[in-house]
Amino acid sequence: MRKITFSQATLEAMQEEMRRDENVFILGEDIARQGGIFGQFKGLPQEFGFDRVRDTPISETAIIGAAIGAALAGMRPVADMHFADFMGVCMDEIFNQMAKIRYMFGGQATVPMVIRAPDGLVRSAAAQHSQSIEAWFLHIPGIKVVAPSNAYDAKGLLKAAIRDDNPIIYFENKDLFRQEGEVPEDEEILVPIGKAKVAKEGKDVTIVSYSIMMQNAFEAADELAKEGINAEIIDLRTISPIDKETILNSVAKTKRLLIAHEAVKIGGVGAEIAAIVAEEGLDYLDAPIVRVGAKYTPVPFSPTLEEAYRPKTEEIVKGIKEML
Amino acid sequence: MYDKALLKDFYKTMVSIRYFEETIDEMSLKGEIPGFVHLYIGEEAIATAVCQNLTHKDYIQSTHRGHGHTIAKGAQLDRMMAELFGKKTGYCKGKGGSMHIADFSVGMLGANGVVGGGYTLAVGGALAEQMKGTDNIAVVFFGDGASNRGTFHEALNMAAVWKLPVIFVCENNEWASTTPYLTQTSVKDIADRAVGYGIPGVIVDGNDVFEVYEAAKTAVERARRGEGPTLLEAKTYRIKGHFVGDPEMYRTKEEVKERFDSNDPIKRFEDKVLSSGDMTESDLEEIREEIKFEIEKAIDFAKNSPFPGVEELYTDLYV
Repeated sequence: MRKITFSQATLEAMQEEMRRDENVFILGEDIARQGGIFGQFKGLPQEFGFDRVRDTPISETAIIGAAIGAALAGMRPVADMHFADFMGVCMDEIFNQMAKIRYMFGGQATVPMVIRAPDGLVRSAAAQHSQSIEAWFLHIPGIKVVAPSNAYDAKGLLKAAIRDDNPIIYFENKDLFRQEGEVPEDEEILVPIGKAKVAKEGKDVTIVSYSIMMQNAFEAADELAKEGINAEIIDLRTISPIDKETILNSVAKTKRLLIAHEAVKIGGVGAEIAAIVAEEGLDYLDAPIVRVGAKYTPVPFSPTLEEAYRPKTEEIVKGIKEML
Repeated sequence: MYDKALLKDFYKTMVSIRYFEETIDEMSLKGEIPGFVHLYIGEEAIATAVCQNLTHKDYIQSTHRGHGHTIAKGAQLDRMMAELFGKKTGYCKGKGGSMHIADFSVGMLGANGVVGGGYTLAVGGALAEQMKGTDNIAVVFFGDGASNRGTFHEALNMAAVWKLPVIFVCENNEWASTTPYLTQTSVKDIADRAVGYGIPGVIVDGNDVFEVYEAAKTAVERARRGEGPTLLEAKTYRIKGHFVGDPEMYRTKEEVKERFDSNDPIKRFEDKVLSSGDMTESDLEEIREEIKFEIEKAIDFAKNSPFPGVEELYTDLYV
């Protein structure tokens, strides 16, 4: 099958959706003339023009606010955040406006917009350009949150997000952009939002992960297989709303659960999943739940410290061995 | 100079806002209206005159002090009243209340509980209309205090650089919540800030409905022609406290009375049209009676409407 990079997959999603619907447009910093800092927008303005592929002032608040206003006026904006970390600049627009408009106006409004948020550790980008902050948005009713782990899902989730009538934050891991994956040509790829995927079937333990940590989950599963341990891996794909059913069904089968993400462990998505299973699936469990996530510090700069901060495959392997 | 239908519209809208707000004041103090309420009394001429230049296809973004804008944009008093009472028949099914009221059917895209929350949304509405190639525009109302939010500056720059059809209407009522605006604001005239963004900044007497109307008309026509945004500052004065129940320790009753008696926008309108002979006392009386009746009906509607059932809690969260 054809292999393309994650970045190329997101570009194809944009091209296909912009061709399909003239109300789709994208705005953000450094996207049109530069083509995006990861090359993820290359060629878009040449096909769609500088109106629909719009460089903005360095004004994150106005970027998100304008996207909301345009969505209320019938457009389907995609707002690029440059780095997920910069969502802190426009948090009011995200959580007090975008997330609440439909509800507080009694369903009069729809806010069909996507925020693209490149996140995660990459090349010592340090404290303000490396974070994984998806858990913040899980805590806010009214937003959907997705995080693809591979090129196929990158394309399918972005296309589905653009077509969805709800506001969606699309976390795309910066280290994934250059990685290749199988994405069929000439096929409409839409990945359903709100549905996790059993990425590998197994019977001894459930690993729930998403985004770039899925690679560690697979590495860990290979490692464990050598010792006869057969792990099931669930790729969450959608962080909010969480697909409880897929997780609980898997845990009912395997009796054990480990959750792994690159975000800080404390207060992370893993905490919510652990709580769901503790509340609704405690009887299934034969061992305590284990979480693997980053250390509770800002992301450090020095490569040695960044490596120490990063959650690792060995932690997944160790955590599972201790359960068994 | 103005035809009688327009004069009647001005008066009808201003009186509707005044009577609505007086009623809300009373109901809120009696505890019949839940939540925070902020009144627009004394500022009626601004919303009335600006919205008179708009159609239902134009958008407005309003504020926490938003009843006047909502009425002026054409919302119905009964559904507004029901919303303020938290009833199911309200514009937002009782999920928004005073600070989050909206009527999308007339282009009123929402009050906003966050001071300075509306600018960038108006910019987005204007951007959408520009991209669609219509001549519809967006207006955002805000106060002197809100002009110190960073959102103001980001929105003005973006609107200016993209020549968006949006009008920034500053209602300078001299009070940023409980603080005199000059103690917290770097310029006496907010309109001066337009210079920093290369757009027109216009100052009008916000209690003169005619002056606001003319200035807004110029700004609206300019925006519809694709010539970009205007910052319009209407000088006014907040007659009521920041919110209903505000003990107003920061100013004297005498000051408020003096400002109101000498500069009530409705009284000024009445004096003008009566002395010019454009309207008679009975014309005015007829409108006042009509509005009183409408308000009575709105109260009955709100009081007799059911509260939303608990099954409504989870609706409207996602499409």
